[in-house]
Amino acid sequence: MADLSTNFLGIRSPNPFWLASAPPTDKAYNVERAFEAGWGGVVWKTLGEAGPPVVNVNGPRYGAIWGPDRRLLGLNNIELITDRDLEVNLREITEVKKRWPDRALIASIMVPCDEESWKAILPRVEDTGADGIELNFGCPHGMSERGMGSAVGQVPEYIQMVAEWCKHYSKLPVIVKLTPNITDIRYPARAAKAGGADAVSLINTISSIVSVDLDNFAPVPTIDGKGSHGGYCGPAVKPIALNMVAEIARDPETHGLPISGIGGVQTWRDAAEFIALGCGTVQVCTAAMTYGFKIVEEMAEGLSDWMDEKGYATIADFQGRAVPNVTDWQYLNLNYVTKARIDQDLCIKCGRCHIACEDTSHQAITSMVDGQRHFEVMDDECVGCNLCVNVCPVDDCITMVEMTEGTDPRTGKPIDHDYANWTSHPNNPMSKQAAE
Amino acid sequence: MTVSETNDVKAHRLSADDYIENFSDIHPPLTHHEALVEADRCYFCYDAPCMTACPTSIDIPMFIRKIQADNPVGSAKTIFEQNIMGGMCARVCPTETLCEEVCVREVAEGKPVKIGLLQRYATDTFMEREQPHPFTRAAPTGKKIAVVGAGPAGLSCAHRLATYGHDITVFEAREKAGGLNEYGIASYKTTNDFAQDEVDFILQIGGITIENGKALGRDITLDQLSAEFDAVFLGVGLPGVNALGLEGENADGVIDAVDFIAVLRQAEDLSQLEVGRRVVVIGGGMTAIDAAMQSKLLGAEEVTITYRRGQEHMNASLYEQELAQTNGITIRHWMMPKGLAVSNGAVKAVTLEKTELDASGKLVGTGEMVTIEADQVFKAIGQTPDPAPLAGCAIELEKGRIRVDEHRRTSHSKIWAGGDCVAGGEDLTVASVEDGKVAAESIHKALMA
Repeated sequence: MADLSTNFLGIRSPNPFWLASAPPTDKAYNVERAFEAGWGGVVWKTLGEAGPPVVNVNGPRYGAIWGPDRRLLGLNNIELITDRDLEVNLREITEVKKRWPDRALIASIMVPCDEESWKAILPRVEDTGADGIELNFGCPHGMSERGMGSAVGQVPEYIQMVAEWCKHYSKLPVIVKLTPNITDIRYPARAAKAGGADAVSLINTISSIVSVDLDNFAPVPTIDGKGSHGGYCGPAVKPIALNMVAEIARDPETHGLPISGIGGVQTWRDAAEFIALGCGTVQVCTAAMTYGFKIVEEMAEGLSDWMDEKGYATIADFQGRAVPNVTDWQYLNLNYVTKARIDQDLCIKCGRCHIACEDTSHQAITSMVDGQRHFEVMDDECVGCNLCVNVCPVDDCITMVEMTEGTDPRTGKPIDHDYANWTSHPNNPMSKQAAE
Repeated sequence: MTVSETNDVKAHRLSADDYIENFSDIHPPLTHHEALVEADRCYFCYDAPCMTACPTSIDIPMFIRKIQADNPVGSAKTIFEQNIMGGMCARVCPTETLCEEVCVREVAEGKPVKIGLLQRYATDTFMEREQPHPFTRAAPTGKKIAVVGAGPAGLSCAHRLATYGHDITVFEAREKAGGLNEYGIASYKTTNDFAQDEVDFILQIGGITIENGKALGRDITLDQLSAEFDAVFLGVGLPGVNALGLEGENADGVIDAVDFIAVLRQAEDLSQLEVGRRVVVIGGGMTAIDAAMQSKLLGAEEVTITYRRGQEHMNASLYEQELAQTNGITIRHWMMPKGLAVSNGAVKAVTLEKTELDASGKLVGTGEMVTIEADQVFKAIGQTPDPAPLAGCAIELEKGRIRVDEHRRTSHSKIWAGGDCVAGGEDLTVASVEDGKVAAESIHKALMA
């Protein structure tokens, strides 16, 4: 049995699955249910400053997009940070941490961007016994209009400044939660590091209008005829999150900075992918909000089973293993040739590979052979693009097979076993000529 | 053999609730949720096998995609473009041997997309929302076309011709239009007077006049029609039925299954209908199943279908056979009727001889006899054409049925034909609709040339 336990900034948890700061972690009742279900840690829903708490809308807070069978693919929300009194939250955090000493309990914080506000709340959080703090510089809606959340996360100088305050006024490990609503994630990550933050977590939600109600012409969710942009999350954002995590993991300036990965984690496999890109833990929200807390069983057992199968005894054994393989396009091997192969025994003859290739790509898949519907790849046209694989409804029916011998019938060029990339390609005006 | 003395045929076998329950929709329509779940299963195949398998070539992937995209009315329009009786076909098509048999999800999982039920969802939604008729008539052409028979073939032909601006007169022998949709399909397949609703829907196009009570050969002649009209379409169906050729065939309780079904379909009060306690249905087609099923649903205790060949030879689809068996009907194969026991003018039993195929593949009796007691015997051994009204019109026939070319044109240059009355093809509602449509295109082309 693989050991799933993690040590993230000295914060131990029995598994890398944490619940992200969000509605599922807003109060003791939910958090204790999560721990009972097996979650390794939680990031408590973001605390605001003392005094009257924020208020939420009383109409709908969420919108979504769905796949077939109404599978939730993307969720959008306009909910703010906790709307419960700070005192109540701090008391509950204290109690829960006492009852669950083996679980990670992180407090998420968002207060105005001035030193006094941070100085005031940090000791109070520290008193709860929480294992660490996460600075919410990410929420793109509502709070950002008040100069908090992503309004901070979009200005690297502010990130650095607040991180420095937190390190100064608190002994707790500091995780900076980054907003994806920027052009280059490396800058805020570098700023967090420069400010002394112990880790970053990402991504927070993406600014979004999830749909437009065509009866009243207003964004969804609609509040009395109006809507405002929300924060987008769920399986649909995972690719964006993975890329941003990878950018930070492979940036020489932030390489090695601990990362807690967030964004569309639904299954053990998603988690393993984030960890392979360097994350020490993953945070989950939408999957739990869709299916309830029980999914952590599948995640933990799935990850453990996969690790056993692959011979990884601990999370550290595969953490970051994919980072060196993330590169720039210009370094991809242009001599690597693949062709699509259709397994005729698995093919159900839906024809989607053909029409996708025929209408939108390279005209490399037959639709009719000897008067019979038959779908087969024509190697002399196939550029190896993988579109057919992606549109095929049957798992593993179409695969990409590397050509290792002979001549590529499309280009007429023999397979070259040497690595060659764009930087030295003759068509590249910037190509570096090999020394004579 | 012992034969009971009294012939047990009576009405009121069931409670009022049972009649309602038994004759309600056999396949309840999909709810909105069910339709969306099912529609999501469609892969939107290229050159979709379902579409090829549909005799009317409905663009099935497109109509299902429109359901997915929350446009059921548009979905229905896609269906009606190819099949104006898409509503009835959704109810009566043997989809398990047509579109659903070749669905790629049948190949993949043994569970085809429920195309028939989705088609019904779309067309029912269209009807329920009382949409304007989805087609408009072209400018009047001044051409007049006679359609004989207001069944699926005739109405399909009339509708398509009407869209082109022609004026159509439909001559129908019966009191109501609809043909077998109205008189010949088991009532649990088409509840709530759907057949008449569909006729009304088709007539919304305008330019179609139906003259009921006008039978070819009795009230009108083909010579008359071909003289008065620019073209004639014959969709007269199969008005006759095969006889057993046995003594006692006229006894009480020996009934043509098609008549039984027609009476049942027109009945105001099903509890008034008499049915035997023990019913034997002779035949192996859909009519046999429909008659057997409805006897059972009217309260018959023992219902047996006998068929002279094997299960695999039955014209009724496997699905229909299983439906009958699930409803407690016994199907006995390899036996042919040899005699009817009659007492006091009423049938008491059927005697059948077991059969087999001889070395040459010919069906022969084995000499072994079986007797099945019966209070009623339904004959469902095939319907027959009536060539009499066609005599002298230079229309070539083939085994009594009308010979047509691929455009459904007969050997008479002004006469087209389609549906069950023509030679070849399957006697299905959907095939008749296609015949009418193809003929209409050909007639239009011929008249406008």
